[in-house]
Amino acid sequence: MATATATKDKSVLWDWLTTVDHKKLAVLYLIAGTLFFVKAGMMALFMRIQLMSAENDFLTGQTFNELITMHGTIMLFLAATPLIFAFMNFVIPLQIGARDVAFPFVNALGFWIFFFGGLLLSVSWFFGGGPDAGWTAYVPLSSGEYADLGLDFYVVGLQVSGIGTLVSAINFIVTIINMRAPGMTMMRMPLFCWTGLVVSILIVFAFTPLAAGLALLMLDRIFGGQFFIPDMGGNAVLWQHIFWIFGHPEVYILVLPAFGIISEVIPAFSRKRLFGYTAMVFATLVIAFLGFMVWVHHMFTVGLGPITNSVFAIATMGIAVPTGIKIFNWLFTMWGGKITFNTAMLCASSFVPTFVLGGVTGVMLAMVPVDYLYHDTYFVVAHFHYIIIGGIVLGLLAGTYYWYPKMFGHKLNEKLGILMFWLFYIGFHMTFFIQHILGLIGMPRRVYTYLEGQGMETMNLVSSIGSFVMGAAILVLIINVVYSAFNSERITVNDPWDARTLEWSTPTPIPEYNFAQTPQVRSLDPWFYEKVHGDGTMKPAEPMTDIHMPNGSILPFVIGLGLFIWGFGMIMINMDDTIVPPFLVIGTGVILTFGSMLIRSIKEDHGYHIPLEQVKKIEKEVS
Amino acid sequence: MAGSVDLSKGLPSHPEKSTLEGKNKFLGFWIFLGGETIMFATFFGTFLGLREGTAGGPSAEELFSMPLVFIMTMLLLTSSLTSVLAMFSMKKNNFKNMLVLMIVTVLLGVGFLGFEIYEFVEYVHHGLGYTTSAFASSFYTLVGLHGAHVLFGLCWITTLIIRYSRSGITLTNAPKFYVASLYWHFIDVVWVFIFTVVYLMGIGGA
Repeated sequence: MATATATKDKSVLWDWLTTVDHKKLAVLYLIAGTLFFVKAGMMALFMRIQLMSAENDFLTGQTFNELITMHGTIMLFLAATPLIFAFMNFVIPLQIGARDVAFPFVNALGFWIFFFGGLLLSVSWFFGGGPDAGWTAYVPLSSGEYADLGLDFYVVGLQVSGIGTLVSAINFIVTIINMRAPGMTMMRMPLFCWTGLVVSILIVFAFTPLAAGLALLMLDRIFGGQFFIPDMGGNAVLWQHIFWIFGHPEVYILVLPAFGIISEVIPAFSRKRLFGYTAMVFATLVIAFLGFMVWVHHMFTVGLGPITNSVFAIATMGIAVPTGIKIFNWLFTMWGGKITFNTAMLCASSFVPTFVLGGVTGVMLAMVPVDYLYHDTYFVVAHFHYIIIGGIVLGLLAGTYYWYPKMFGHKLNEKLGILMFWLFYIGFHMTFFIQHILGLIGMPRRVYTYLEGQGMETMNLVSSIGSFVMGAAILVLIINVVYSAFNSERITVNDPWDARTLEWSTPTPIPEYNFAQTPQVRSLDPWFYEKVHGDGTMKPAEPMTDIHMPNGSILPFVIGLGLFIWGFGMIMINMDDTIVPPFLVIGTGVILTFGSMLIRSIKEDHGYHIPLEQVKKIEKEVS
Repeated sequence: MAGSVDLSKGLPSHPEKSTLEGKNKFLGFWIFLGGETIMFATFFGTFLGLREGTAGGPSAEELFSMPLVFIMTMLLLTSSLTSVLAMFSMKKNNFKNMLVLMIVTVLLGVGFLGFEIYEFVEYVHHGLGYTTSAFASSFYTLVGLHGAHVLFGLCWITTLIIRYSRSGITLTNAPKFYVASLYWHFIDVVWVFIFTVVYLMGIGGA
């Protein structure tokens, strides 16, 4: 065993590029996710400006198509997913009482691959425009015949970033199953860990079909495959099946962690334990299972026949049952509780009715004959934005305000927080509630303009104004982050909310090893149990000894870079004139990627030990 | 945690999962194989959907040769057996035996890959290019992806053999060898499905 302690004189940049600490990776995910979120949000605002009035010429149809594609793609893959991963990375090891994740190296690898994949997707703007076939990239719209170079960036960029998501998911599953502290049985695990586990399993089983589908499309576009070309024996509907076998579970991949956050925040600020914990766990599992059984409800109008459509319609409506269980359990948790309405709780509690609204329109869309009417109208747009913004974004905001003190050592300003919440909530409903009606009167989605005199002008104007109010809310949040960094007091207590789960038992700032001694868990809500039944500290499960920690490594960054170069080289095959031959670029990328993997497998890295005296010194400083 | 295994009485009977690191690798790799299964399932589904789409090009019945596929299957199945025996040797702490069996596994795998390359070259001569038809694309993609897995597995096991040729079985390298042999089995199982779905159904015309 190597015992050399890592030297502390590394530069800050090098430290962040080589870090394998789950808490630092969480911050990296948070920053990257926020940047992409702001980018995709601005794209949405551009689209709303275009749709503000009839026959507007602010944008061309082509630009609008590119914006609509990139808005959806970035929001789902490069904003929501990493923001969820940020919280999962930060919170899950702490909540299960672990020193780190199971594979710290793989954790860093997941981040850098995701990041470079996102970058590859983003640089499409500099090579003749972004992808323009919608985030679903239906063939033949996305085939070589109709879509330009932008779609190659979509196919390859998503592939790369998907690999990153996949390896992170495997890491989370193993962490949660193998690394729990003594006494932390599965049925004592906080709900956020449960949803984290289920979501990671969903990612393994849903992102792989996406990877396969993207590979098929890439082979078609770059290497002359015939998968989706009917003239050559191919089948265009095949893409839709593969895409939605991924695409429907993706909704749950995003929304289940939000459920998890809500299930942490609501009990904490209602001063009650979560109502119906067991039912909540099983509802999560049922939702995850049914999530895979309903993909055809995206394809009712394809013409698969009444039997197929009916089966999938019923399965889809079935999801309302476990979701309903969850909704009622949150309500019963709040019922009779001593509720504190701070920003986190406002976001969490307002999530409940908003999500119900999105769910109800979901059941409406699950009725096949009715879906024929709503299909490809703004009703669908309104429905999924109620799920995604009213569900996922509100959940993420609640999580941000709730865990911020633990992550950064100070709270966010409450006054600005509450201002943000109301701006966001009012702006959100203003933008999207009216789109239900727009859809019902026949406004089609994905179309860059509409004609005058069809009664759509006023409602579109209201919707656009609402989107700007929402934008202002996010601006207030960013101001709040900057303002609070300079003006709010460092928190002196480790548990500012008087919360229930293990992460609040750690000192702030958290030492790199999280827990000096692995805690002994004696109950559900272990930290709250010790505060009520114990002496207010966690019982240690092991004596205090040297702590073994993993070494940092630059290899994850290099592998990410290698995949970026490799992917770019593949896209260069379709470019007209390139300065260097594509195969040189591909070769460089392949060598970087596999070379780093080879180095990693040949060089044994046993990590290092923090000696006991140093642990004691650190513990004295933070307590 | 990592260093807490008592080695005074020799290696434990399951050196591959007696440390937390080994346990993590073991579980993580099984989950990875779960993902691989789904990926192959998608390519199998694609092949099944498109195998009639020959667009006037050569079809499965015209191309596939049973003796060739039989030899390939035998090579791969045997290599799977030798990798199992290698793991038995590891659990008995017989390092030399394990190494020899792993080398045999690699040689059999190389043989398989050689026949596969020969097969592909032959098909191209018979007019089945990658872009000929949807059948061609899905066939080469599915079988070729499996071939790529074989190649990756060969590189992986060879690296392990070279890297640890002098070290004996340790708690560090036991999980690595074990996981590599799991991967090799997985490749073998996938081949059994390819043999059935692609070749038997192709020749039988089911």
